Amino acid sequence: MRGMAMRRYLSLAGFLFAFWLALSGHYTPVLVAAGAASAVICVLAAIRMRVADPEGHPIELFWGTITYFPWLIREIAKSAWGVTKIVLHPSLPISPTLTVVRASQKTTVGVATYANSITLTPGTITVGVSGKNLTVHALVRDGALDLESGGMDRRVSQFEGSV
Amino acid sequence: MMLAVEVASWVLILLGSFFTIVGAVGLVRMPDIFTRIHAASVTDTLGVGFLILGMCLQAGFGLVTLKLLFLLALFFFTGPVVAHALAQACLHEKIKPVLAEDRRGHDRPRQSNEDDGRQP
Repeated sequence: MRGMAMRRYLSLAGFLFAFWLALSGHYTPVLVAAGAASAVICVLAAIRMRVADPEGHPIELFWGTITYFPWLIREIAKSAWGVTKIVLHPSLPISPTLTVVRASQKTTVGVATYANSITLTPGTITVGVSGKNLTVHALVRDGALDLESGGMDRRVSQFEGSV
Repeated sequence: MMLAVEVASWVLILLGSFFTIVGAVGLVRMPDIFTRIHAASVTDTLGVGFLILGMCLQAGFGLVTLKLLFLLALFFFTGPVVAHALAQACLHEKIKPVLAEDRRGHDRPRQSNEDDGRQP
């Protein structure tokens, strides 16, 4: 467990330093050293604020992200196109529906990922969370039924579990 | 080669503009605030996505492109938070959504049964 925490801090420092380098654009030794120092100070501050934990910097999810995000982007593109067709349709064929779906993820990061994925997908918004029950507003009835069938829920659980 | 990149970049920028306009049109056409958030999310995702990809091609391979991609990531992570906060604030203020169907009540038993079946 101790080794895991150490790996998390090192990875956080690495990410922060890379981010600093990318935004800086100046690579003189003094500035790079200043960037490295500020990355380390930020990590120390994060540890003291207790945000350098599995929730704040979930390195366990790194590999899952590589397959999950392309899948999510495809889903977003598909449903955005669906909403586009509805908006441009002369009769505006909407059937707004409220529904409740259960999140089967084990961790809070998993549930948050699921809820945010629902919101990010055009046509469905998570309007409320109580425990693992997500209240979802869908633009069309089919969108609500689609979520109830749990395809996305299983995909997020798989993403969460692929350590 | 230069021409191909230029053409691809403009196609992407025009696609992004199209979806941004679709989001704006939806914002006007939809009947209530909840459905309007749905329309706006088209702008948030495909509109912004295509525009930034098009701009990346304009900028070429470098720091500017990296910063544009950071911008895209920022949109992807803040967009849902804003949409969720807005929708929940409206519910708290007791704004009733225009609904064709409310499946919150009679759906719960079926959902939990399904869940029980998956557990073992």
